[in-house]
Amino acid sequence: MTEHNPLSQFRVVGTRPVRPDGIDKVTGKAIYGPDHVAPGMIHGAILRSPHPHARIRSIDTSKALALPGVKAAVTGQDLPHLPGKSVSLGEGEADLANLSCNCLARDKALYEGHAVAAVAATSASIAREALKLITVDYEVLPHVIDLEDAARDDAPILHPDLRTQGAEEPSDKPTNIAFTFALKQGDAAKALDGAAAVASGRFAMPPVHQGYIEPHACVASWNADGQGQVWCSSQGPFMVRAVTAGVLDIPVSDVRVTPLEIGGGFGGKTTIYLEPVAMLLSRKAGRPVRLAMSREDVFRASGPAPGLVVDIRIGADAEGNLVGIEADMLYDAGAFPGGGTMLGPLVLSNMYRYPAVDIRTRDAVSNKPSVAAYRAPAAPQITFAIESCIDDIAAQLGMDPIAFRLKNALRPGDTSAMGMECGEIGFVECLDSANAQDHLKAPLGDNEGRGIAAGYWINIGGASSASVSLAEDGSVAVVTGNPDIGGSRASMAIMASERLGVPYEKVRPIIGDTATIGYSVVTGGSRTTFAVGRAVVQACDTIIADMKKRAANVWQVAEDDVEWRNGAVHCTAKGNDNAPMTITEMAENANTTGGPIAAEVSINPHDSLPAYGVHICDVAVDPETGHVSIKRYTVVQDVGRAIHPDYVEGQMQGGAVQGIGWALNEAYIYNSKGCLDNPGFLDYRMPVASDLPMIDTVIVEKPNPAHPYGVKGVGEVPIVPPLAAIGNAVKAATGKRIRELPMSPDRVFAAINGGK
Amino acid sequence: MIAFHSPQTLEDASALLAAEPSARPLSGGTDLLVQMRSGRVEPAAIVDLKQIPSMRGIRAHDGGFAIGAATPCTALLDDAALCAAWPGVVEAANLIGSVQVRNRATMAGNLCNASPAADSVPALIAADARALVVGPAGEREVPIADIPAAPGKTNLAQGEFVAEIRLPAKSASGGDAYLRSIPRTEMDIAVVGAGVSLVLDSSGTCTAARVALGAVAPTALLVEEAGAALVGTGLDDAALDRMADAVRAACNPINDKRGTVEYRTAMAAILAKRATRIAQSRAGANS
Repeated sequence: MTEHNPLSQFRVVGTRPVRPDGIDKVTGKAIYGPDHVAPGMIHGAILRSPHPHARIRSIDTSKALALPGVKAAVTGQDLPHLPGKSVSLGEGEADLANLSCNCLARDKALYEGHAVAAVAATSASIAREALKLITVDYEVLPHVIDLEDAARDDAPILHPDLRTQGAEEPSDKPTNIAFTFALKQGDAAKALDGAAAVASGRFAMPPVHQGYIEPHACVASWNADGQGQVWCSSQGPFMVRAVTAGVLDIPVSDVRVTPLEIGGGFGGKTTIYLEPVAMLLSRKAGRPVRLAMSREDVFRASGPAPGLVVDIRIGADAEGNLVGIEADMLYDAGAFPGGGTMLGPLVLSNMYRYPAVDIRTRDAVSNKPSVAAYRAPAAPQITFAIESCIDDIAAQLGMDPIAFRLKNALRPGDTSAMGMECGEIGFVECLDSANAQDHLKAPLGDNEGRGIAAGYWINIGGASSASVSLAEDGSVAVVTGNPDIGGSRASMAIMASERLGVPYEKVRPIIGDTATIGYSVVTGGSRTTFAVGRAVVQACDTIIADMKKRAANVWQVAEDDVEWRNGAVHCTAKGNDNAPMTITEMAENANTTGGPIAAEVSINPHDSLPAYGVHICDVAVDPETGHVSIKRYTVVQDVGRAIHPDYVEGQMQGGAVQGIGWALNEAYIYNSKGCLDNPGFLDYRMPVASDLPMIDTVIVEKPNPAHPYGVKGVGEVPIVPPLAAIGNAVKAATGKRIRELPMSPDRVFAAINGGK
Repeated sequence: MIAFHSPQTLEDASALLAAEPSARPLSGGTDLLVQMRSGRVEPAAIVDLKQIPSMRGIRAHDGGFAIGAATPCTALLDDAALCAAWPGVVEAANLIGSVQVRNRATMAGNLCNASPAADSVPALIAADARALVVGPAGEREVPIADIPAAPGKTNLAQGEFVAEIRLPAKSASGGDAYLRSIPRTEMDIAVVGAGVSLVLDSSGTCTAARVALGAVAPTALLVEEAGAALVGTGLDDAALDRMADAVRAACNPINDKRGTVEYRTAMAAILAKRATRIAQSRAGANS
């Protein structure tokens, strides 16, 4: 399958070899979270609150413990109380008290499905029986589900000690508003009042779930000597180690975490739910314990992406220059603070030039599961509002939507309203590329419409480690600490192969556990191919330097007279006819030139570059039923450089499809009792294959100077534009601007028939 | 412990079901096993009906068809005569779940699961199909619409089960159709379903019509007024509008996670009209 482009400056980068983990995955040999078995392992089960908000007066586990086969029971009282303690995860801080309370409720159950107790037994069915024998004395409290209700002064209070962080006028009144931030530049109200074209409105969207196929699961073993081990799938074993040790208040060195294969994460596995509970059960039972969520548990108790309500106003002058933006955002945090509040303004300010800005963002807690990251967290929501308005302004001015965006797009050298300097970003290149697509010229039928929308995501770098070692025959082991959620093994192998001049097939990319490789932050933030890839290349460069040194020694020439080229050392000393030595020869002779050839590199780069994408979408709307079908879809994205184009395109397609689901049918639906009404894939409607056309992809490559091959990061931005691209297409087809998600048939039907 | 029985005769099956109040018959298991896994039902005994020879396969019966109750939905597609006579019924049965599910799932199971949204049920009611019910007291033939009693409940007595679905002989100039509304394109449950069966005379005038609806009431409905609105007409737009009025009047849906009262009522009328046009073209093609 390897193809080589003779015009490429690279030998392997940009080709499409078979992924190293492919055979195990298609033959069922890969070990995912719920598959791991440890000798002597027993089975845990978790009792979850049936109430969205209740004080826990007492929990009696004695009858459960008396059931034959039950080996341990734990409640929130078994976890250390850690008020005010937090742990750094590289990407941000995690509040340990909240994390602990989310793993096992302490005083209150804060959402339906909140874990309140757990047992471990010799079989899964005994464990389930034991749960029925646990008595919890609940005092049911008034609950609040709706985001705007939660933010009201008279709302039921979730956390009596919570005070709004960042408030201009601090108050000592209990509140559900956890955080607020405001940014003002210029006089946006005045600019908008005098604008030639203004689009505004209230946009609202409920929480949605990442919908990974693999439920959360782990096995934990905590020995009497204090040494603990955890096997689990996650987006980062070092994250699991940090928070598990943190929640249990034990030394980090007492927890070793082995990553298992991950069946989808999309940001949702950058936190934990089960591991400290499994550790506690294991210590009490003296046996390894498995905990695994059911699909219903995943929906009820693992982090969805936050809902958002935003009032927004954007305007432009008659020439099509944006004059200002006002936005008041309220993100949904779920049960605990942390709704990604700062990310809304970040995204809002990093697309277009706005001379005047007046924005406020807040997050509010409510009786729903604590939110987690989901692919470009907080960006799809606010971008839905922005790109809907941008489209409406272009229409008011009679301007082409791409030309209007080009006129206002941020370019290298610009500084965004949040003060971020734009480096070699490729927003303009994406818009130009979109403009050149045949898709834009394809004719549309009756009741069809075309929409375009753009998206931004920051992309991060961060702590990353990699080791590269040569085997005796010149084959290469590349070890990193980052789970492969999007084809990163293949990318690491390609970059090592390119750098070392060895065949791709001779490179074995391995994902190490927390004891085998240096610290690395999670696979997230679209960072892995950029930051971990850079560590891999630097480790390759380190052993290349070592091999040059050894060759100089063998040849008795100066190191400057040794050159590395095409996988071999060459002697460039004048009048010297030393034959080149290949990497294989260097490996074979390693023990006579200084010993094993290997290097480990740990870095912490912060010069990542953002990603931009532009999506083009054709829809057909059934005017009688309100059904929206996607007829054609093109994703244009600047990726810096595509190391393995298959996995770059796969990310672009997968992100677009998740965005399509978000736009059309996905939503958390709560009943009047505050319970989730659709905790399964039947009624939580992600797209199925027949809902989608082929998602066409156009890779734009404007290299990142901070990466040896130009990588920018690709995984997150493709979920950002679809909500607005589809909204704009529906408007083109029906004339109706829909500001609430999802754009399900009944909502579109109501809009067409004169409803809201 | 759950007792698992594989009787070889209808009589044995009935006796086993009668002996244990919580016993459940099993054919495809696509509803039962899911309900057991989620804890919704906890039967002490399962009676597998698939081993009884008459429970499987499609036979000619009274000029029409007798479909063994354990016949999977996808098997209906292999019977050319059935597909030609009752395409709406076969299509409805093959909208349920996914291909994998339909390789196990049966129409009789769809009927006895008693979901108001069951896809095959409105199509069977429109086709005037009947169920052969076997029980301790012997056999009886029951109109399909009389089997479901309420969501999740049937009118079958202890020990009774459906052994056959019987479709009548099809009129030479008849046609049927079933349409449903779902937010996706497959792997979903009907928000509304509409089945129509009609007969035309040589001039294209409708001489008989049955219109049935799913997911707009606690059980699938036969809307006699809707059929009556079509009979005697040439199926002009005005007749279809009157039919649609009767459909809307018959709707008594609930607001739930799958749809609102307003949307369900509006869709019932639209789907009934669209299904009528398909049935008309099939009847015309047959005449």
